[in-house]
Amino acid sequence: MSERLAIELEGIDKRFGAVHANKDIHLKVAKGSIHGIVGENGAGKSTLMSILYGFYHADGGEIRVDGKTVTIASSQAAIALGIGMVHQHFMLVENFTVLENVILGAEGGARLGAGIGRARAELKRLAADYDLKVDPDAVTGDLPVGLQQRVEILKALFRGADVLILDEPTGVLTPPEADHLFRILRVLRDEGKTVLLITHKLREIMAVTDEVSVMRRGEIVATRETSKTSMGELAELMVGRRVLLEVEKTPAQPGAPLLTVEGLNVRDGRGVEVVKDVSFQVRAGEIVGIAGVSGNGQSELLEAIAGIRPARSGIVTIDGTRVDLAAARRDPAEIRSYGLAHVPEDRHRMGLVTRFHEYENAILGYHRDPAYGRGAFLDLDAIRDTARAEIEKYDIRPPDCFLKTANFSGGNQQKIVLAREIERDPAVLLVGQPTRGVDIGAIEFIHKRLVALRDAGKAVLLVSVELDEVRALADRVLVMFDGRVVGERAPETAESELGLLMAGAVQEAAE
Amino acid sequence: MMAGQMPRWADYILMPAINVAAAFFVSGLVVLAIGENPFDAVRILVWGAFGWNEGIGFTLFYATNFIFTGLAVAVAFHASLFNIGGEGQAYVGGLGVALACLALDRFVPWWVTMPLAVAGAAAFGAAWAYIPAVLQAKRGSHVVITTIMFNFIAASLMVYLLVNVMAKEGSMQPETRTFEDGGRLPLLDTILPGVDFGSAPANLSFVIALLACLFTWVLIWRTRLGYEIRTFGANQTAAVYAGISPVRITIVTMLISGGLAGMMAVNEIMGSQHRLLIEFVSGYGFVGIAVALMGRSHPLGIVFAAILFGMLYQGGAELAFEMPAITRDMIVVIQALVILFAGALEHMFRPTLIKLFGILSAPASRAA
Repeated sequence: MSERLAIELEGIDKRFGAVHANKDIHLKVAKGSIHGIVGENGAGKSTLMSILYGFYHADGGEIRVDGKTVTIASSQAAIALGIGMVHQHFMLVENFTVLENVILGAEGGARLGAGIGRARAELKRLAADYDLKVDPDAVTGDLPVGLQQRVEILKALFRGADVLILDEPTGVLTPPEADHLFRILRVLRDEGKTVLLITHKLREIMAVTDEVSVMRRGEIVATRETSKTSMGELAELMVGRRVLLEVEKTPAQPGAPLLTVEGLNVRDGRGVEVVKDVSFQVRAGEIVGIAGVSGNGQSELLEAIAGIRPARSGIVTIDGTRVDLAAARRDPAEIRSYGLAHVPEDRHRMGLVTRFHEYENAILGYHRDPAYGRGAFLDLDAIRDTARAEIEKYDIRPPDCFLKTANFSGGNQQKIVLAREIERDPAVLLVGQPTRGVDIGAIEFIHKRLVALRDAGKAVLLVSVELDEVRALADRVLVMFDGRVVGERAPETAESELGLLMAGAVQEAAE
Repeated sequence: MMAGQMPRWADYILMPAINVAAAFFVSGLVVLAIGENPFDAVRILVWGAFGWNEGIGFTLFYATNFIFTGLAVAVAFHASLFNIGGEGQAYVGGLGVALACLALDRFVPWWVTMPLAVAGAAAFGAAWAYIPAVLQAKRGSHVVITTIMFNFIAASLMVYLLVNVMAKEGSMQPETRTFEDGGRLPLLDTILPGVDFGSAPANLSFVIALLACLFTWVLIWRTRLGYEIRTFGANQTAAVYAGISPVRITIVTMLISGGLAGMMAVNEIMGSQHRLLIEFVSGYGFVGIAVALMGRSHPLGIVFAAILFGMLYQGGAELAFEMPAITRDMIVVIQALVILFAGALEHMFRPTLIKLFGILSAPASRAA
């Protein structure tokens, strides 16, 4: 087939010090196609796209755009060549209107008025051509994330992009919003645009792409026509071995409640109610999953139960100990002492001190434990022995407890946190986003550990924005929307039904 | 993942050495500009500080001050607190030393007075840090602002006390009476056999300063409290997650920091001046910031940095004496350049150095 190529990469090579991030990359992207790039974290996807978008300069190799060899020294150069990028974290000024955001950096002269007029007409045309309807005068910060993402796409198109790079675009979207995004991408393709979709979610690759390239350890290990491959094959190519996409577990055999939450209300720093009258139980030997789009109160729920965030009202009972969360001074160390362990959502911000040696993080939160020293002093040998035992048991790599925590990969960092919390034998484990930024191999391991903990008769409360993960792990699913638990479902419930609950389309009382 | 890093020895030894070398290079240009030979200047400076016994004695005496004020800043740094009130805390610490000495010097030998004077210095220094600490911990008033204001309050308070309350009767001097032998620390050369520092006031405080270094090292790296301080300093959210109270750590750390700063007064008041007088701190508290930065907040690094600054003080005085063209102000310029390169521009050469190590280590990893 003599199709025309939008992008051609020949032998792209990039090193960061000792790390070989991109090795001799060859990639051909056909004009008017949706091309997926999958790979684990650290496989080199982002580096490759950053080279294409002019953030990094390749050490070697050639880039051809529309058949012409080019050098892309900056993102301005990329834009001039018709390459646009939609970042994972939106680059929008929240208190600007949509129109102002779109023209930001492309105002077209010193006088704003003329530029705005032209931009308005152009936006109207784009909206009609690509089914990208957004009110140009809406304040960007007030729009739902799905629409904010559309603004990002409009920004790229407004600058004349023919090739759109989307970096993990569905991380913040509900399933219906993601479906809508895919519809938009198909329209863009049909209108002749080329889309490069970077993701680690195989389902999305299967759903929307025409062709897919798999990256592993800096190399493109395979390129397939999407219709002629399967999720199983892609997963195997990504990891380099067979992986279980399903979590193997037997039906739960729940016992007595180990965690009871009654009437929990939480306000955030600005006084906005973020958790509204939430009550539920987690019994021994079960995993309760909380599904919901990020930002609907799940994070605050976990932090309030763990004693980190003050609650306005609410009683929790942990393994028989009643704690009034609204009491004046709630101490996470106290809650922990009742048998509650907590794997926080954000390991960099909260779960780890990345500047510390690995062994120092192995006792974070347990540093007052008599096992780790006498009186005021720490027993470093005892701490290192604990750390080494956990490294061995959880296969943390590299197996060096003196290594700085920041130098471990995301998956191994998560294992450090998980090992620390699980190995203290808690009655209740709170887990937030256990596999965010974690590669497939480690995901499998982490899921097995959580199921093993359940089977050992512990209570696990799981919060995740990955609906697949909640459905695979949980024995019961609670859906949170706007601070409330809006429904309880079995994990087998159809994704569309859960999606509607998550989007707030259906409201019902829990239990 | 090792990109952007360099070996620890480079971070702790090479970087400060390069910074000092750069400071000396620029100083050399300044010396050259006023028509003197920079190599002669360096020779005189180093000889003045280390070439003769009395010079060494003075260098150690100044270094003692810098160790205390440097440690004070370093301990606070570990908790991400910027205590720039060492000046005022040391000043008020002098009050603690003087009260102990004035009360006891006529009745007991120095070794009875000493522990009380040290405790008094630490307690008064800590007390002066306490109010900024509470304001920071409970009200969020930034310690940089409050400690610097407390330096001024300390200065006014001490002038008031020395003029109106503590001055020797019938004297116009704003200073207390001179302590008797029970309020004087022995000089180092009277303790160490075969050493003679001449008229230099290097005294037992130098040993106390080294003990303070040991104390700080154990505190920061070997105790649960030190672990909490470092956790709080590195990641406050993680500290809260771990059950570490930000209020408690902020206050406790500032108290320890203030106490260490206050102990500087033992060296000046009980070791050298033998009376409390105005403005005896004369900038040592501020230079402590540069000492802590240069010593990478590590007690051992602080000892070396303190000796370097002691050398600049003592050798600088010699230089001003030997080379009349180089005035006292020129010495201050040189000291300022060291502070500039070691403190403010601390990281200037870092990216270049990291790149260099990257180039050097790349062939090694390729071969592996």
